[in-house]
Amino acid sequence: MPSSTAVEASLPIQSEMDLAWVRQHVRQAAAQLGFGLVAQTKLVTAASELARNTLVHGGGGRMESAAVTRGQAHGLRLVFSDEGPGIADLDRALTDGYTSGGGLGMGLGGARRLVHEFAVDSTPGSGTKVTVVCWVTPPPRPYGGL
Amino acid sequence: MPEHQAAVSEGTSARQVAEFLYRHSERIAQRWADEPLFRSVFTVSRDEAVEAARAVAEALARVAESERVHDTDATGFVVVREQLARMAAARSRAGASMAQVSGEVEALRPPVASLLVEECADLPADEVREYATALTVLMGTLRLVVLDTALSEGQALIERQQLQLLEVATPVIRLWDGVVAVPLIGTLDSARSQVVMETLLEAIVEQHARFAILDITGVPTVDSLVAQHLMKTVAAARLMGAECVVSGIRPAIAQTIVHLGLDLGTVVTRASLADALAYALHELGVGIVAPASGGAGAR
Ligand SMILES: Nc1ncnc2c1ncn2[C@@H]1O[C@H](COP(=O)(O)OP(=O)(O)OP(=O)(O)O)[C@@H](O)[C@H]1O
Ligand SMILES: [Mg+2]
Repeated sequence: MPSSTAVEASLPIQSEMDLAWVRQHVRQAAAQLGFGLVAQTKLVTAASELARNTLVHGGGGRMESAAVTRGQAHGLRLVFSDEGPGIADLDRALTDGYTSGGGLGMGLGGARRLVHEFAVDSTPGSGTKVTVVCWVTPPPRPYGGL
Repeated sequence: MPEHQAAVSEGTSARQVAEFLYRHSERIAQRWADEPLFRSVFTVSRDEAVEAARAVAEALARVAESERVHDTDATGFVVVREQLARMAAARSRAGASMAQVSGEVEALRPPVASLLVEECADLPADEVREYATALTVLMGTLRLVVLDTALSEGQALIERQQLQLLEVATPVIRLWDGVVAVPLIGTLDSARSQVVMETLLEAIVEQHARFAILDITGVPTVDSLVAQHLMKTVAAARLMGAECVVSGIRPAIAQTIVHLGLDLGTVVTRASLADALAYALHELGVGIVAPASGGAGAR
């Protein structure tokens, strides 16, 4: 039986090892909530990108995961937060190919395409919070994009 | 500071304990050799147990002499740290838990304490109490040192195993003259992909490979970093004169790569390792013919 304890979690993101934990947890939580294999893979990949940004650009932080419902739909919400430098120009950060380091610059924009809902809350100088939601069944309202 | 007036200062008690330990190191060692900690590690010869116990008693004397009975980093411990680590490791190999080992170290205290009391029979009671306290603190510090060395021994073991895993997990397999393959399994983090790249490039040189197959069937997640590592490996192999083929991209991963927006356009990909090998053989001009009835496969 799906138990919310296996879905709900607050995991530290301080090392490469922690990234493996995050992926592991998201995969297991998504399976628990009934996501199919493709949706699971997308979620895990998005989480991997966002957690790595938290680690590399945000200097470490946490991921909170929780089950969410809206009407008939239920899904998984992941929140990645750090207290790093923040993102000054969000549009630019979301542009495919833009990187301030040696990356491909595909992480943030790619993660947005892999999930149903995507929100960035960032204050330069005091941190970044990225919230994503994926619905098991298509969400009640059209969400555009995919 | 405690409310009561100490009969002797802390420094004085520590030095008294040091003197006591030096003077009776042989008797203490004899008593300790029969305690479980030493007896169970040095099973073959009691003399060895006595010798090891004497080394520990003398180290404790040096620590007390330097008046650092609280300090697990006291230089007096340096000489016995390795011996203590080996003893702790031996106990844990024999199945003793950390708590058990801790208890065995604690068990070394009473024999010394009773000897101390015997020796100080003529001194004022409150003075003796101060010495006993210093000894108790010192033995507590010894216990921490043992646990600490046991833990860092465990950490070192994990690190060694991780390194071994890195090597074990990246075999390069020769599939055909000029064709090598690496079945990648698990998380392709930066350390792993560095090892993969190095072993693959070495194999390409050694075996004069013209084709290198990277099979990612066992890689659970392909994100932008993994893709970047794959592309770097492909580029490096190309510089060595070998063409890379990436195989084993599962359907769910293929869809994810597309949404992520990764462009693997410059990389030759095949669904399975078998397809990748067939591609390489075809490119090498090797023909495969179906076996004649009853015969073996032809080369
Ligand atoms: N949590 C964060 N804190 C601060 N800056 C961030 C954060 N996340 C992203 N950024 C900024 O946004 C840019 C784009 O991020 P994105 O993940 O798309 O690319 P990348 O991390 O540089 O490379 P990769 O393709 O390997 O992920 C980053 O280079 C960084 O400058
Ligand atoms: Mg990134």
